[in-house]
Amino acid sequence: MSKVNPTDRKYSKDHEWILDHGDGIATLGITDHAQELLTDIVYVELPEIGKKVTSGDAIAAVESVKSVSDIFSPISGEVIDVNRKLEASPNLINADAFGEGWIVKLNMDDAAAGSALMNADEYESMIVADRQ
Amino acid sequence: MKKTALYERHALLGGTIVDFGDWAMPVQYTKVIEEHNATRHRAGLFDICHMGEIEIKGRQAFDLLQLALSRNLQNQYPGQMKLGLLLNAQGGIMDDVTVYPLKEDAYLLVTNAATKDRDYQWLQKIKQEKGFDEVSIMDISDRTGKLDLQGPVSEAILQKVVPEPLNELKYYHALHTSVSSIPAMISRSGYTGEDGFEIYAAAEKIGNLWDDLLDVGGSYGLRPVGLGARDTLRLEAGLMLNGAEMDETVTPYEVVYGWITNMEKGFIGKAALEQLKREGFNRKLVGFTMTDRGIARHGYKVFMEGQKVGYVTSGTFSPTLGKAIGLAFVPPVCQEPGTVIEIEIRNNRAKARIVSLPFYKRKR
Repeated sequence: MSKVNPTDRKYSKDHEWILDHGDGIATLGITDHAQELLTDIVYVELPEIGKKVTSGDAIAAVESVKSVSDIFSPISGEVIDVNRKLEASPNLINADAFGEGWIVKLNMDDAAAGSALMNADEYESMIVADRQ
Repeated sequence: MKKTALYERHALLGGTIVDFGDWAMPVQYTKVIEEHNATRHRAGLFDICHMGEIEIKGRQAFDLLQLALSRNLQNQYPGQMKLGLLLNAQGGIMDDVTVYPLKEDAYLLVTNAATKDRDYQWLQKIKQEKGFDEVSIMDISDRTGKLDLQGPVSEAILQKVVPEPLNELKYYHALHTSVSSIPAMISRSGYTGEDGFEIYAAAEKIGNLWDDLLDVGGSYGLRPVGLGARDTLRLEAGLMLNGAEMDETVTPYEVVYGWITNMEKGFIGKAALEQLKREGFNRKLVGFTMTDRGIARHGYKVFMEGQKVGYVTSGTFSPTLGKAIGLAFVPPVCQEPGTVIEIEIRNNRAKARIVSLPFYKRKR
């Protein structure tokens, strides 16, 4: 069973979460549900700092033993930090997808961009619907 | 999707079911790496009921198989199993199969799941065209169940439910016996690079066998293992997969199957192979380990000195070695271990080094 989705962030249909820090900067990761589906994450490809992304672009890639999944940024902006710990310990995403397993920090082009995404309840409803 | 006799059990065990060549099969019960390690260090139990079994009987059974298979079966005796290849007229691999002589004039052929129907039709065609009237070819897949018990403690587990002393059963040899009092054929073989057994029994009894083995094996650390770990285990052992490394356009010499191709005898595809041997092959299957970060996957392009030279057939993260490994086709000039290649992973070229196979070899 997945961990409860924190209510302090927004969610995309591709199972990314965005935590808006209120200063134009947002942290991005994948949800606990997503890591459960992927299982056994063995490699994370991080973007270069300074990379500019448009909403919908692949921003990182997460590899499990069996498959590779692109991580799409649901917002536009510039990469200002990446979680280097994932290079040595990619399974931090499995262990703590909403915390230690964060992937990148973005300087958002539009501070309100995240507001169009799902809240925790809406995201939970989507997962439940997917399971049926 | 087709279901094996164990489907309900997989669901009860929490297996994640996927479509594998139109079979509903468990890809994992818990996690691929856990199941992989359980098999390497203790034991794993695999549902292999989806694979095909074809029985070939009659006075000309040997002659038909000698013609159909590149392997020479001349000195094979009941109790010994052999790997063989069914080739098309162009020398391309239709299937890699295992051959068990059951008794005089009777053989069991174990085929891959996806190729079984085609193999069956092909054998029927050979029978008709060559006039092997005294051979009967029967697809017994539906009534045959198969389990693989693999791992260093598999002998200890199986010994609990088999009357004969298993330490006397040699590698690549088979025995007609009973497992948990259920009539079965077992062979000391498998697809993981570990010691282990392949177990054949009636499909309607295979569920009892599965339950009993998990019960008896529980205290030894036996776990059910899905297709995910089956693939990482076989790749570490340098074993090829039909559909990834092999298809009808691939000949035995391009993969590492020259050793089961006997040019001293006649077989379908031989003339084409002789011609190819004279002309030379332009690709060779090699193993590689990634030296840069990243995991190469099936179909990724291989480069050398800026030129595209080949492609990856299988690639994964090796739980045992802790690094990314794979198999690829490259030109024969690039096949030497130590050769540096580059693999295009998404938009980057990552370095890899050709290594000799297998990646993993168990201590005996």
